[in-house]
Amino acid sequence: MATSVTTAGGGPPQTPPAAHRPAPPSPGPSWRSRLYRLDLKASPYAYVAPFFACFAAFGLFPLIYTGWISLHRLSLGESGTGDWRGFDNYTRLWDSDQFWGALANTFTLGVISTVPQLMMALGLAHLLNYQLRARTFFRVAILAPYATSIAAASLVFVQLFGYDAGIVNEVLGWFGFGKVDWQAGKWPAQIAISAIVTWRWTGYNALIYLAAMQAVPGDLYEAAAIDGASRWRQFVSVTIPSIRPTILFTIVVSTIGATQLFGEPLLFGGGVGVSGGSAHQYQTLSLYLYELGWPNGQLGRAAAVAWVMLLLLLLIGAVQAAVARANRKKLGA
Amino acid sequence: MTLSSTAAPVPPPAAAPRAPQKHRTGRPRRLGGGAGQTHRAGPFTYAVLVVAALVSLFPLYWTVVAASHTDTEVVQPPTPLLPGSQLFHNLNVVWNEVHMGDALLNSTIVSACVTVSTVLFSTLAGFAFAKLRFRGRNALLALVVATMTIPPQLSVIPLYQIMTKLNWGDRLQSVILPSLVAAFGVFFMRQFLVEALPMELIEAARVDGAHSLRVVWHVVFPVARPAMAVLGMLVFVQSWNDFFWPFIALSQQNPTVQVALAGLGAGAHTTDHAVIITGALVATLPLLVVFAVLGKHIVGGITAGAVKS
Repeated sequence: MATSVTTAGGGPPQTPPAAHRPAPPSPGPSWRSRLYRLDLKASPYAYVAPFFACFAAFGLFPLIYTGWISLHRLSLGESGTGDWRGFDNYTRLWDSDQFWGALANTFTLGVISTVPQLMMALGLAHLLNYQLRARTFFRVAILAPYATSIAAASLVFVQLFGYDAGIVNEVLGWFGFGKVDWQAGKWPAQIAISAIVTWRWTGYNALIYLAAMQAVPGDLYEAAAIDGASRWRQFVSVTIPSIRPTILFTIVVSTIGATQLFGEPLLFGGGVGVSGGSAHQYQTLSLYLYELGWPNGQLGRAAAVAWVMLLLLLLIGAVQAAVARANRKKLGA
Repeated sequence: MTLSSTAAPVPPPAAAPRAPQKHRTGRPRRLGGGAGQTHRAGPFTYAVLVVAALVSLFPLYWTVVAASHTDTEVVQPPTPLLPGSQLFHNLNVVWNEVHMGDALLNSTIVSACVTVSTVLFSTLAGFAFAKLRFRGRNALLALVVATMTIPPQLSVIPLYQIMTKLNWGDRLQSVILPSLVAAFGVFFMRQFLVEALPMELIEAARVDGAHSLRVVWHVVFPVARPAMAVLGMLVFVQSWNDFFWPFIALSQQNPTVQVALAGLGAGAHTTDHAVIITGALVATLPLLVVFAVLGKHIVGGITAGAVKS
């Protein structure tokens, strides 16, 4: 208590409010001003405490405990951690074709569901930034898919990608293409699933880009126009560099989302969704984790998959941080 | 940790949740400079945007169409493109056989609890990070941002064990408790309050002898209200649509809407495709209504927050 009073009186942080208060006549600070200073010191921690308590209980502790479980043989319904198995769960993953398939699917699905999505979002944002009639309509329209849930969107897209009566095959037919069985092959199924992701998130990202584009100062464009830069040239040389931080941000967020794809492939597959199709052709790591843990009841092995995902995320994070650093260096900022 | 460096440059778009509304009042002519704003849109622009709007809206329209047909009409070509007459029949099935009513009620309870608590705690923490000085503030804020990168997959196994042990399996508290506060909400409120809340207001209240909870109640909350409203909408949408953990924690006996949809999709209730689509419609309708009414504000909130999780 004594130390906190001296630092609060002399230290820089809380000086301004304390200085305004009339000095108490008594030599020692009264209990009232002590309470006041304690309040000043402690309240910030009290305000951030709920977040960190919640994170510790439902995020950090389970995350670490998952690592512990991954070293055990633990069945669903069993309490505690089960029998110690060392790294057995990990070596079994290493030897499992299904695991490597799930890893590859997570990667390919991640790429085809984020790269075209972000590029289209960038293009749409650019167009929405023109002087437009019905501007609000276009914005709300492209954002509307964001209001649907993964589950609802997936159920609807299963029908849209149906073999006989699906509208997608019908439209393909107008252009002279044959019918595609979107459930069977690896690529058709993965393309259909990435279409669900792309449909739900393109408008959202476009609006984020649009906001960033509107913060770009207009004289940059004027200067470019005076130098004779075409509109395309302006887009490439002015717009893109100016909103680079926002682009990086959306890449990070979309990548994180893509590594945990679960609901879309699950529901796209209907009855065989848990195994990611009849030949696991679109089973992601998340789905694999769930299949091992719940339908198969092997929580220990599922925990090992979870920690592989953690390693993967750390790896991606490191790469992205390195790219961001290189970018900043290039800009000289 | 890795995110903090890349997310730091985002504040510009995040700084002004109110700005979009100001722009909107001066509707035809935008203020200030900006990319294409001096250029009028040509026919090509309109063509592309119309196609984008159609692609965005068609699946929603078709949901209504399919929900108003019979199973055979939906599964056999040609695809129905105009509304049919079966809507009320399908709704009846969804309501009475799939018990979508209970699921809607559960989702409403969960989303309401999560929204109120997240907005409240995020505002408090956001205020502390934006305006109060304390040891470790920057490190803790970086930690908050870093936690956004942790996917739920990494914690579900112990969470499931805990909830089972507490006998909370299949009960709503098992999905409410882990979502009581969200990192993106803390960050969102912090970004807003850094700009919007003048330090003088807080100091004036302190000079008047207000203790810090009074400051929060009489100064912070009134200033933060617009951002709290936007955050509330975003959190509600997100909580309503949350899938992974509720799918594991809850069963078809006591589902949220999304869990009930998963049951429908897996053929737990029916094989009637029109009924399945009707379920998707019922699950989406509440949010679409919110969206139709508050769409503009949601658009403003998203462009202001620039945060998705």
